[in-house]
Amino acid sequence: MLDLVSTRRDVLKTGGALLVAFTFADTALPALAESGPRRKTVESDEIDGFLSIDADGRVTVYSGKVDLGTGLRTALTQIAAEELDVSLDRVGLIQGDTELTPDQGPTWASLSMQICGMRIRQAAATARKALVEMAAARLGVPATELRIEDGTIKGDDKSISFAKLVGGGTFSLKVDNDAPVKHPASYTIVGKSVLRLDIPSKVTGRFTYMQDFRIDGMLHGRVVRPLAIGAHLENVDATSVNDIPGLIKVVREGNFLGVVASTEWAAIQATRKLKATWSHWEGLPEQASLWDYVRATKINSDKVMANVGDSAKALLDAPKHISATYDFAIHTHGSIGPSCAVVEIDEGKITCWSASQATHRLRRQLAAMMGVPLDNVRCLYIEGSGCYGRNGHEDAAGDAALLSRAVGGQPVRVQWMRADEHGWDPKGPPTLIDLRAGVNETSEIIAWESEFFIPGDGLAPVPLIAATLAAVPPTPIMEPYRFGNADVMSANSAIPYTFPNIRTVAHLLAETPFRWSWVRSPGRLQNAFANECFVDELAAFVGVDPLEFRLSHLNDPRGAELLQRLAALAKWRKRLSPRRDPQDDVVTGRGMSYAKDFPSPTYVGAVADIEVDRRSGEIRVQRFFVVHDCGQVINPDGVRNQIEGNVIQTLSRTLKEELLFDRSAVTSLHWATYPILTFPDVPDVVIELLDRPAEKPSGAGEAAAAVVPAVISNAVFDALGVRLRSVPLTPAKVLAAIERYGQRPSREL
Amino acid sequence: MPTSVSLDVNGRVVTIEIGDPGMPLLYALRDNLQLKGPRFGCGLGQCGTCAVLLDDEPVLSCEVPLSKAANKKVVTLEGLGSPEKPSPVQQAFIDEQAAQCGYCLNGMIIHATALLAKTKDPTVPQIKKALADDLCRCGTHLRIVRAVQRAARRA
Ligand code: FES
Ligand code: FES
Repeated sequence: MLDLVSTRRDVLKTGGALLVAFTFADTALPALAESGPRRKTVESDEIDGFLSIDADGRVTVYSGKVDLGTGLRTALTQIAAEELDVSLDRVGLIQGDTELTPDQGPTWASLSMQICGMRIRQAAATARKALVEMAAARLGVPATELRIEDGTIKGDDKSISFAKLVGGGTFSLKVDNDAPVKHPASYTIVGKSVLRLDIPSKVTGRFTYMQDFRIDGMLHGRVVRPLAIGAHLENVDATSVNDIPGLIKVVREGNFLGVVASTEWAAIQATRKLKATWSHWEGLPEQASLWDYVRATKINSDKVMANVGDSAKALLDAPKHISATYDFAIHTHGSIGPSCAVVEIDEGKITCWSASQATHRLRRQLAAMMGVPLDNVRCLYIEGSGCYGRNGHEDAAGDAALLSRAVGGQPVRVQWMRADEHGWDPKGPPTLIDLRAGVNETSEIIAWESEFFIPGDGLAPVPLIAATLAAVPPTPIMEPYRFGNADVMSANSAIPYTFPNIRTVAHLLAETPFRWSWVRSPGRLQNAFANECFVDELAAFVGVDPLEFRLSHLNDPRGAELLQRLAALAKWRKRLSPRRDPQDDVVTGRGMSYAKDFPSPTYVGAVADIEVDRRSGEIRVQRFFVVHDCGQVINPDGVRNQIEGNVIQTLSRTLKEELLFDRSAVTSLHWATYPILTFPDVPDVVIELLDRPAEKPSGAGEAAAAVVPAVISNAVFDALGVRLRSVPLTPAKVLAAIERYGQRPSREL
Repeated sequence: MPTSVSLDVNGRVVTIEIGDPGMPLLYALRDNLQLKGPRFGCGLGQCGTCAVLLDDEPVLSCEVPLSKAANKKVVTLEGLGSPEKPSPVQQAFIDEQAAQCGYCLNGMIIHATALLAKTKDPTVPQIKKALADDLCRCGTHLRIVRAVQRAARRA
């Protein structure tokens, strides 16, 4: 398996983007008899959009989705190798190059396997069928008597290789959705824990991350952001940096300010020394009253996410009621390596290398910002530091484009500093959730109502900071796709449980305090937190074991099986929460949570064992059990790796993370003010995968995140009898909750 | 005032001409010497991605002025091993598939190497403590701990 990145300009101009069609004299497929060089197609209904086979029989897969450090590269390669019956080391992958790979939308929502993987499987299956037909004609052996062994088709003592059949040519065939795919029982590559071949070069410093990418004549740029988010640049004193050796230019366009230098260190020093004055701006809400602000924000529209029976009437009729409000803080992506991009402009043609998860989309945004035709922009993906949503890569690309233009198109590399990343990446928006339930005399839940206060949309391109600061008039280029559920933050708001009357409404707000985007498991995480905690509240309210409560309200055999397996894995013992009268300073608790994740649809359940120190308020998570069903598993170890990552990253978000800000700007600008979980706080994670080879693979990149916050909050309740309804679950909140509730038993809480 | 600083990097003596001897070692390694192992993460001494061994002691190269490294011995991730001949710690990371994006691994491997040089058979809490200042955003921690344990067993 090879990772192919076009990094040299000569490659870009010639060979890389061109395929030479091969002429077949006696082929069964006249469509192949097309000659002369032509541009490689990026159509997603053509085999050639996704696959090519060269004269040496090497297969190249072209993927619109990109590997964000999740091992997707390996999994996609496995799928193509399996379906074509070639060994893994014959397959290379090109990802996210707008000139070579189809536009499959941004890499998000853990849909890569569902959308991209399945498309590549179908393209490979179509190619396989075509190859076998060609071989049948060439060898004079019926297709049914042929078999494929590592890229060679054999039968009746004759054989012919893929290379001989199409080497260097094109298929010029539409992807056939009915082309037969291999039966999972015959798999030799898919379903195996193939070792990731990027790891040896990553552990030895040989791997080229975006942050390491260099080209000849490259200059270094850095940006100077406004002191307040909406401030105007009143004055820049370019002479203040005159004495910095290597400084080439101070660049200003409107409120966009940056520097270009011949060395990286000179660029950094220049941004530190540059004297600029910004206007006063205080357009952000007070952090202390954030939730009042969210509640008071104008609602653009309401979206009914679930409506069963008549919840309003049922609530009125119910003799007993329970209600709660949950909130979930603003989060940052927090990639360990800050965003980075290189842009050069050569004779009006813009080339951009970045770790964008959506290069086709970035291409449209750059073309619009720079006022050039789409054809004049090429964006190439190079893997960067882990990316958990739309972070700052596209913005760094926008910065580099403006800076490159200011120095006559010379290639400029922009790497954000830590404060740029923490201060200016798009944020995970604040989420506020109200829940109510009605209970009848016989302790049955007869009504469930929930309201989610969230920003709408969220799948549209996030505006480039450079375009906003430079005040480039917005003339966006239309996107070629439409999305099913465009309101990202509403995911998982509807519950997977059956109550006779349910109403769930998403209030789509007119605004949210910060430029925002999807951060791993957007909405799914926040909403499942509130729902799964409230389910736990209901179970305690009616005095039923939380596992039993869930099972008795679940009409989904796959979900029920998952919960049974979870109970077995964690050795769940039936009990009521909370444990009675905690006396010790350190008390233990155990919580449970479940989700049928939307839109992946992956089933996941978790149990966690925790300790709470009642003196310090600290929560320590000791053990985490996860059972995970994402249908067919392509690479089991890859899935486990994703689950571990989801659990640990989300524990970090649950226990520690909260964006800090004043009325002007973000103030948590580094890891000391925005701490994340570190080694000493990482629990054991025990995982069980339910493999369902007959089902389609669904996502593993985000589902397990959705269950994490509720498990911990529910475990705290089990330990102490207090409810934590606000993420992050900080020691201060634990102490305040203990203080507020004292040690009364749960029924009175 | 341009100055030149000599140091031994991965067994090779190099001389670097720079305008500012206060420039952190990290930029000399990455920009002047084109090394990719030490990485920029924060520039503030908070994340560990820039770690190198300086006279066998782990340091954060974003915090060490180049002038302080003059005439000293620097070993980077590249100096520990290569894909063809990985060091025992690097091999253990491969065996445990201890990476997601892998951006943080430089700090992990440098600090694990330094730990194992002094503590032959570290306990899990000792490993976690030794890596406590190395941040990983992908949540690869458990595999990293297992990799260090594996490397310790092999040594
Ligand atoms: S870059 Fe040196 S510690 Fe973060
Ligand atoms: S593996 Fe991505 S930051 Fe550690």
